[in-house]
Amino acid sequence: MTESAIVPLPDAAAEGSAARAHLMRRLLRNGTGLAAIIVLVLVVLGAIFAPLLTHADPNKADLNSLLAPIGPGHPLGADAAGRDVLARLLYGTRFSLAGALLATAIAAFIGVVAGLIAGYYQRWFESIASWAASLLMALPAIVILLAARAVLGPSMWMSMAVFGVLLSPAFYRLVYTAVVGVRNELYVDAARVAGVGDASIIGRHILAVVRAPIIIQAAMVMGISIAIEAGLDFLGLGDSSIPTWGNMLNDAFSKMYQAPVLLIWPSAAIALTSVALVLFANTLRDELERAGSGGRAKVQSTATGTVFGEPAIVHADEPGSAAPILAVHDLVVGYDRPGGEFKQVVNGVSLTVRRGEVHGLIGESGSGKTQTAWSILRLLPEGGRIAAGTIVFDGVDLSTQSEKQLCRIRGRRISYIPQEPMSNLDPSFTIGSQLVEPMVVALGISRAEAKRRALSLLARVGIPSPERTFSSYPHEVSGGMAQRVLIAGAVSCEPDLVIADEPTTALDVTVQAEILDLLRGLQRDLGVSILIVTHNFGVVADLCDRVSVMREGRIVESGPVRELFRDPRHPYTRSLFDAILEDGAARGALAHSSDRHTVKEGAR
Amino acid sequence: MTEPLLEVKDLVVEYPVKGYRRKPFRALKGVSLDVQPGECVGLVGESGSGKTTLGRAVLGLAPVTGGEVRFKGRDIGHLSRGQRRGLASEIQVVFQDPYSSLNPSLTIEQSLTEPLRVRKVAAVEASKRVRALLDQVGLPTGAAQRLPREFSGGQRQRIAIARALALSPDLIVCDEPVSALDLSTQARVLELFKEIQESTGVAYLFVSHDLAVVRHLSHRVAVMYQGEIVEFGDGDKVTSDPEHPYTQRLLLAAPVADPDRQEQRRADRHRLLAAQTQLEEQTRVA
Repeated sequence: MTESAIVPLPDAAAEGSAARAHLMRRLLRNGTGLAAIIVLVLVVLGAIFAPLLTHADPNKADLNSLLAPIGPGHPLGADAAGRDVLARLLYGTRFSLAGALLATAIAAFIGVVAGLIAGYYQRWFESIASWAASLLMALPAIVILLAARAVLGPSMWMSMAVFGVLLSPAFYRLVYTAVVGVRNELYVDAARVAGVGDASIIGRHILAVVRAPIIIQAAMVMGISIAIEAGLDFLGLGDSSIPTWGNMLNDAFSKMYQAPVLLIWPSAAIALTSVALVLFANTLRDELERAGSGGRAKVQSTATGTVFGEPAIVHADEPGSAAPILAVHDLVVGYDRPGGEFKQVVNGVSLTVRRGEVHGLIGESGSGKTQTAWSILRLLPEGGRIAAGTIVFDGVDLSTQSEKQLCRIRGRRISYIPQEPMSNLDPSFTIGSQLVEPMVVALGISRAEAKRRALSLLARVGIPSPERTFSSYPHEVSGGMAQRVLIAGAVSCEPDLVIADEPTTALDVTVQAEILDLLRGLQRDLGVSILIVTHNFGVVADLCDRVSVMREGRIVESGPVRELFRDPRHPYTRSLFDAILEDGAARGALAHSSDRHTVKEGAR
Repeated sequence: MTEPLLEVKDLVVEYPVKGYRRKPFRALKGVSLDVQPGECVGLVGESGSGKTTLGRAVLGLAPVTGGEVRFKGRDIGHLSRGQRRGLASEIQVVFQDPYSSLNPSLTIEQSLTEPLRVRKVAAVEASKRVRALLDQVGLPTGAAQRLPREFSGGQRQRIAIARALALSPDLIVCDEPVSALDLSTQARVLELFKEIQESTGVAYLFVSHDLAVVRHLSHRVAVMYQGEIVEFGDGDKVTSDPEHPYTQRLLLAAPVADPDRQEQRRADRHRLLAAQTQLEEQTRVA
């Protein structure tokens, strides 16, 4: 297989727009989302077509129909001034929505623009903008609105505009955080190097990322604005000359004992609209998150795995090899996909690790080598399971053990060294406590005894000052030191088998050499078996006794390291050896380049 | 000897450290280097050695505190954003991570035409250029309408190379462009770099942590250690018979894919470390 062959995907070109259409469809299929959208559409239509829905004038007082009941002339009755309630409600929708829209638009405009600039350029603008945002958030909104009314007069538009400014930090914070997240993406750097202007970068690369969160935030802010607007009018601080839901509420409140039903209409409008907006925002967010994590409600398929592919080429063992500690036979591992599909990633792996041996499992990314290692520990990620095969560890089949039984084996008899040392240490605990705790639980020894052992282990793995490292936190040590700590942890409970998943990949080459020395020394002293997953033939040559080469979920070739390296038989193994650059010819000098050779003096 | 394409002289880069009156972090401590037209200069070092910072300083993405960066004789270390944009057609970049170096929501064609659009190249002309570029990096023309997530790491890196070539630059800064790739993919992408250099005459500043990769592609090699270039010279010599103690350690630390020779190399390394420690102690005593 060549890497330039594109994996065919159904309908690949249209996938971008399809994803968006898909989101809308899922929003409509979601019960809550559908209900919220219907309510919002009805409210907006009501506002737009108000003149068609009622012929009454919302402001025309009629002394003949004061507090008129529901009847043919007034579908929802009339209020204390004899104005038609339905007309006031429909026209009020116009003003209430427009007011909320104004506040939201102002908040979004200020917040988004400031957030984009502050996030992208940072420096002094960021300091000022963040300070201003904090100040605005600290101000009590209602006091400011009262003050604004006192100065600017009772205009709904004015108070909504002020409220918009007060709400702008909600957008600012959101956009700022998102922009800071993407501005260091390499594609933004690449665009800068390509000579793309800042405005174009922001519009093309950055705005796209923050679009969805802005829509969600806008729906939330709009709901709040409607409630605040109604609240101001209800308190009598609004402009009573226009029909709004808040003014209706205020009027109805004064006649609560004569006509309580009048309170229902504006309250229902406010509540329904606000709730619909918030639910719409929530559903949108949920659906977006779901899109990221790929499908909901995993269906557990009952598909059993199938072993396929050619059998492995096995080089004969040297006579007199030790008994196996781990024997994996026809292991099939896969992941349940939504829709009952079963995606198989390991297609029948058979593997034997002998007592006291270092076994290398080598393959390229996606070959299933890490999946194999995880299944032995039964630590497959969500949705993954062993579909067939056996994993016999010291006479016990791990694939059929209960979780409780496995807990007695994991950490005590089989331990694990991960690839990323830093992310495998808990940053909130000291290194010492992370070493002591497992020993106390697994070996049943006292804390003092565990501490004594931990210190001697830290010294054993080559940490210069064990006492100091014992009491430091993970961020205070280097990556190489962290890996030594994890190795100390892995051997602390005297396991029979250590599974090391690319233990040196994240490390510098000089540190890698030290860690390999350490693993070799520990293996010799403790006689432990090691299964080491790697993609580096040099690591295998350095450390391993036997090796298995994996490709597409199968082992294609296995045998003693010297044998296999001298005589690789499978074409894939041979192609891997051919790709190794070490000892290849150097490029040589450029025809007209200088041949000066400079060496820095004084540096070690 | 011709005038160098790129000349870095006593370059110092400092990053501000958060906190009042804290001393800035000095990532480069006076680095000098030159790249000739059509040449590949390898820059090798471990994490934190400053190799990536040097590349970014050449690209105008890192602050130049002292010294100078000259490109075709002109100082480009202190350009404004606007002036810098003018250099886009001369200095380009290929980054390490093929996953974050392409915007996931843009099609390959949109990503590739971005530098062309800035130069006001007509749409028809631009899409013709995209087809030629894809062909040059060994991808089918049909790739243009697809999104980055449909491609493997090696293919994405080819796309990133195509983007760098779009404006026919004279220098490409390659920041660990093959480190995230599998062994066999890595070999093919390196071959592509070589082919492109031979056919277009572009120069590379090739940053990598892997001595073998650098050796394969570079005419000359510079070795960085703690913000300084400790050794700079002929690629073959530096990567097989280095003079600086650090380069010697680096060379012997990389394991070879042969159990017997690796055993030998391991022994050599232990001997070298012992000798270097001894030498250090002697100098301390003296």
